[in-house]
Amino acid sequence: MTEEELLTEILASYRGGRGELIPILQEVQNNLGYLPEDVMLGIARFIGVPESRVYSVASFYAQFRLLPLGRKRVTVCRGTACHIRGAPQILNEIERTVGIREGETSDDLEYTLETVACIGCCALAPCIRINMDVHGEMTRENVTGFFPALSESTRNENEKEKDVR
Amino acid sequence: MSDRRYTVLVCQGTGCISGGSEQIYSLLEKEIESSGSNGGIHVKRTGCHGFCQQGPLIVIEPEGTFYTKVKLDDVTEIAKSLLPGGKPLERLFYRDPATDKPIPCYHDIPFYSKQSRTILRNCGNIDPEYIDDYIAQNGYQALHKALFEITPDEVISEVKRSGLRGLGGAGFPTGRKWESCRKASGEVKYVICNADEGDPGAFQDRSVMEGNPHSVIEGMIIAAYAIGAKKGFIYVRAEYPLAVKRLKIAIEQAKQKRVLGNSISGSGFSFDIEIFQGAGAFVCGESTALVCSIEGKRGMPKPLPRPRTSEMGLWNKPTLLNNVKTFASIPLIISNGSEWFAKRGTEKSKGTAVFSLTGKVVNCGLIEVPMGITLRKIIYDIGGGILGGKAFKAVQTGGPSGGCLPESMLDMPVDFDSLTLAGSMMGSGGMVVMDVDTCMVDVARYFLDFTQRESCGQCIPCKLGTKQMFEILDDITKGEGRPEDMELLIELSEAIKRSSICGLGQSAPNPVLTTLQYFRDEYEAHIHQKICPAGVCMVQNEGN
Repeated sequence: MTEEELLTEILASYRGGRGELIPILQEVQNNLGYLPEDVMLGIARFIGVPESRVYSVASFYAQFRLLPLGRKRVTVCRGTACHIRGAPQILNEIERTVGIREGETSDDLEYTLETVACIGCCALAPCIRINMDVHGEMTRENVTGFFPALSESTRNENEKEKDVR
Repeated sequence: MSDRRYTVLVCQGTGCISGGSEQIYSLLEKEIESSGSNGGIHVKRTGCHGFCQQGPLIVIEPEGTFYTKVKLDDVTEIAKSLLPGGKPLERLFYRDPATDKPIPCYHDIPFYSKQSRTILRNCGNIDPEYIDDYIAQNGYQALHKALFEITPDEVISEVKRSGLRGLGGAGFPTGRKWESCRKASGEVKYVICNADEGDPGAFQDRSVMEGNPHSVIEGMIIAAYAIGAKKGFIYVRAEYPLAVKRLKIAIEQAKQKRVLGNSISGSGFSFDIEIFQGAGAFVCGESTALVCSIEGKRGMPKPLPRPRTSEMGLWNKPTLLNNVKTFASIPLIISNGSEWFAKRGTEKSKGTAVFSLTGKVVNCGLIEVPMGITLRKIIYDIGGGILGGKAFKAVQTGGPSGGCLPESMLDMPVDFDSLTLAGSMMGSGGMVVMDVDTCMVDVARYFLDFTQRESCGQCIPCKLGTKQMFEILDDITKGEGRPEDMELLIELSEAIKRSSICGLGQSAPNPVLTTLQYFRDEYEAHIHQKICPAGVCMVQNEGN
């Protein structure tokens, strides 16, 4: 299905009210992983608001993404409990292992690395989420186990690339 | 069934699920089925038991046998232990951290025995995806009483008399809010449940929605009846997919049972609830911003002077907005009466408070205590003291809007007014314990990093002020602080508190002000000696 067809299908269950903008954006993103520009234009026409309005809402909320998402979406919790139990070190460790920084997606679209204000699993701090699965009580040692495919060489290459940039 | 001998409760809260409790539940069900126990054993999914750190958890009733850190490999043995001649598995018991003595039943574990679980009483006890379980615990009886035995005005008087205050953090008297919403003119009114639990370090609203969604829904319907609303919304954070799923199931089942929808239980009163998923903006916990968000706009607080949401809220109609736990308290007040509710708590803060107790404390989890209990009792009696026997340094309440309180304040009663007086606040109920290894300047920097990211950018004191404060704090943690920075931080704080247009901005300086007030020596060490006493900040790595 093309993006256009998908959008038509999604919009079929909405009436076009202004209050539907956020739910529509959420449903589109659930299906595509992000909000492509053309799709946002289509939504603006459907609801009857200026394109800038759709962009302003999409760019305001942390949930919305304007770029494609990696197949594995790694979310590191930045909550208070996680912070004081070592979340910054966990984030560093993942950045080092995967070779991308917070907010980035790897070139092969395998990983997206992001942080969230709180997952709400504070009693298991520090925790991370990979796609829908939450993993608690992370340490610098056990967190790398989630990225087995990345050999030492990829890591080195990534590091090199970073230096060049 | 009368021949049932055991009910096995398998926790399916987000914490336990991350430990594999969904698979544990399925396998246990299969094992029990094939064991030929003749239906004497009932395996049940429940919401959060609260002791997430010990998860995945299994409770076996009626004895209350409590299994901790259960693994898939343990399931066969658990199933066998329930058959005739079977014995409880001692190796899965909770062990007292001090004595290492196994404690078989949850009611003997200090973490539970010292609490008074009221709002949470059915979380971990009923199947949240099965309305009959809620009904069996007297669910929807308060609604029935409200609809058929008392008038809307009487409902409001009862809530007022109970002394219930908004459990979202600010503590505004709930009954007064309801009254002003009832009196507001207009045919169309709305009820909104604020479930945008954005405070980092807090998960109690999530647990209530996941563990006992019908209590929230019942509270909302009673509120709608009291103020005269026909439509309600639950505004849930997008980060809580399980809560959304369980609420959706609960709403569907409530409609099938005719306790929600057209002419509820034949009373002629109609009310419908829609779920609205937030999109990841902390400021949307503020009522006017939340309303803008449902209207499909950027979630920014309305400029001052602004009308009260109870008079002019969603689509400019009178709107009643309460927190998850506030709504969940309502059925209890209506069923048991305001006197029963007001028996617990202090003179000005009635009832119980729910906290997410986390950080450097032995027992992490979700707790419920009477208002007025001391911080010391929470941290040492329920929480079991500091992890690894280290020294206590501070306790943080109220998330980014609250503050860090030192040891000298541990005997302070926990209620809305005492916490505010100490420079912190109740907030939505996060309680993060910090030990000697936590740097208070780093904590202040952490919160300001959060608030400056989450500022909606509308008013300058918050947008630029928090950013400036963050940069000063960042410099201090890097060993680049200047002696005048402390006074500058206080000056900025006062200006931001006075001139921001919403609660996010007005309370943003609290973490800085409280750490400066109670832990000034740590700032001084960073600035003058260029050292971080807790060994957290970068200053020590630079060879100073």
